[in-house]
Amino acid sequence: MTTTLETVMGTSGPGLELAAPRLTREQFLVLHRAMVRTRKLDERGMKLQRQGRIGFYVPSFGEEAAQIGSAAALDAADWISPSYRQPGTALWRGVKPVEMLDNCFGNAGDAAKGRQMPVHYTFRSRNFISIGSPIGTQIAHAAGVAMAMKIRGDGHVCLTYLGDGATSSNDFHTGLNFGGVFKAPCVFICINNQYAISLCVTGQTTSVSIADKAVAYGMPGRRVDGNDVLAVYSATKDAVDAARRGEGPTLLELFSFRMGPHSSSDDPSRYRPKAMEEEWAAKDPIQRFEKWLIANGHADAAALAAVHAAAEEEMSEAAKESETKPAPAKDSLFDDVFAERPAGLLKQRTALLAEGDAHAADMNAAFPL
Amino acid sequence: MSATNGTTNMTLLQALNLALHEEMERSKDVVVLGEDVGRNGGVFRTTDGLFAKFGAERVMDTPLAESGIIGTAVGMAMYGLKPVAEIQFSDFIFPAFDQIVSEMAKMRYRSGGEFTCPVVVRTPAGGGIRGGHYHSQSPEAYFCHTPGLQVVYPATPEDAKGLLKSAIRGADPVIFFEPKRIYRTVKGDVPNDPDFTVPIGKARVARAGKDVTIVSWGAMVHTSLEAAEKAARNGVDIEVIDLRTLVPLDEECILTSVRKTGRVVIASEATRTCGFASEISAIIAEEAIDCLEAPIVRVTGYDTPFPYTLEHVYMPGPARVLDAVQRVRAF
Repeated sequence: MTTTLETVMGTSGPGLELAAPRLTREQFLVLHRAMVRTRKLDERGMKLQRQGRIGFYVPSFGEEAAQIGSAAALDAADWISPSYRQPGTALWRGVKPVEMLDNCFGNAGDAAKGRQMPVHYTFRSRNFISIGSPIGTQIAHAAGVAMAMKIRGDGHVCLTYLGDGATSSNDFHTGLNFGGVFKAPCVFICINNQYAISLCVTGQTTSVSIADKAVAYGMPGRRVDGNDVLAVYSATKDAVDAARRGEGPTLLELFSFRMGPHSSSDDPSRYRPKAMEEEWAAKDPIQRFEKWLIANGHADAAALAAVHAAAEEEMSEAAKESETKPAPAKDSLFDDVFAERPAGLLKQRTALLAEGDAHAADMNAAFPL
Repeated sequence: MSATNGTTNMTLLQALNLALHEEMERSKDVVVLGEDVGRNGGVFRTTDGLFAKFGAERVMDTPLAESGIIGTAVGMAMYGLKPVAEIQFSDFIFPAFDQIVSEMAKMRYRSGGEFTCPVVVRTPAGGGIRGGHYHSQSPEAYFCHTPGLQVVYPATPEDAKGLLKSAIRGADPVIFFEPKRIYRTVKGDVPNDPDFTVPIGKARVARAGKDVTIVSWGAMVHTSLEAAEKAARNGVDIEVIDLRTLVPLDEECILTSVRKTGRVVIASEATRTCGFASEISAIIAEEAIDCLEAPIVRVTGYDTPFPYTLEHVYMPGPARVLDAVQRVRAF
């Protein structure tokens, strides 16, 4: 049974020490900057929601190392099949904050054309698959994308993210099983943040670790300190390289903690011990990495503070830009249901347009929640 | 192989098999996956010969998990392949319902057109084979109720081939119901041309007539035709519409016929409440009530689970369809 955490920067508990990845100082600082930008995007998203400027937000506070360390181990041509709590991986791939906030505002600039709740991104040009809300479905998609990559023989890898809650879903089983049976170039990353809304991970499974579940699918499983960006990078790189070599999938459990609420609609004080939040605040992945960077002579405190200030400014500017954009056109409602609009939909579209502003009062109805 | 001209007489099953062979020849992106579809050639033999010809990489025997079949097919399609997934019986499609309804149907819309998953889900449906609850149902209405899915239901070998080829070449996800009761019992002439297709969204007048319209699809088309032949002996001239595609629906074909006859029976072997027959009835009522000489009558299965011993009590046969014809004529 896997109980030890693989780590580079060290944990307070039983740990398996990994060597630091061979990266340049510049590369360490790029990882740091991406983690900080993820934090600042989330802070901005939550602030916009609290101010009533967007309807909903899902922050990823505390999971920055897990996101950035893993995404950094991929090539740009590899695919990501995400769940809804990895905004940092999109930033890592070069998506601009304004593109993400356009989605949160549901405006005409949104790639998803305002059709989904906030944080349900789609970035085709970055090989970042459209995010859905159902839990676990993306795991089976990732296996399928990887099966297709294998059939095409193009040497790419598909990485999927899931939470500890998703390990209870049907598609966790089918996704890992299909990935294993077809030896697909796939990496399954479970960011175990220990809570699925209010249910603690011990209520999801009596398995000692999530990494152990890999045994049943005939693939390696590793349990990694998810708040240690260097350990996450090393372990993911191993898994991605193995997948690319044709050795099939790996399940990585990145042990972490959701420092914030499940979403802007959630209050974790109802179900989570305060002491636990304090314990994990001390393990904040950004602070931990900053200590390591300073201790190893890669940066000083002032330089790191400047990264925070610049990211704060970047997100603030992006929000201002997104907020000015109009809503999608009313008749865009009927686009993209099918490749072409069938007669029945055209009839409904014509009827809506013929209404003009007759039903405008209905459209300004307040949200009850 | 057949010449590209002319036709060959074959069963509906052979027509489907031929369509799969031709489309896999035509494009390397077409892959087949499902339970027992490879070495075994499918439990009905619909995929017979594909494994030997195209190999295990393109004809995949999957683990026994419908959600996995559709979930991975969605991933493959997003990546650019053209998966033709088989769900062995449509009664077993429900574990995949989430992947179909939440993912496959919505992917184009929810991604603003960035990602599409034009998967073809082939699945045998309908009763009459002594299959009980779990090998007999007609679940098409669940899928018609989900925007983003095309729902196709051929009734003849020619249409089976032509529609399956259109589905495989198309840009949208398709639920392709196969009337298994008539897999081997209905034969017909099928064009040899490998580029012969039947467009999705076009109904067909299976039998022209002027007195009463019967709207049906799948195996019920043949039940309706049988009823029409019997009625003809009594001087009643029935027009039978074979919908071929339920979504997108060819409303014009239905309405044109209704405007001519003024009397409509809708014949379906599915459960009555919220069945697709009800949708057609509503459309006719909204669009052509001024042409109706009698109430619209639905002939359907009962609102019970599909039975084993009493399946021919449950399923409408020509006599029950004729009763309905009598009702709309007598009004």
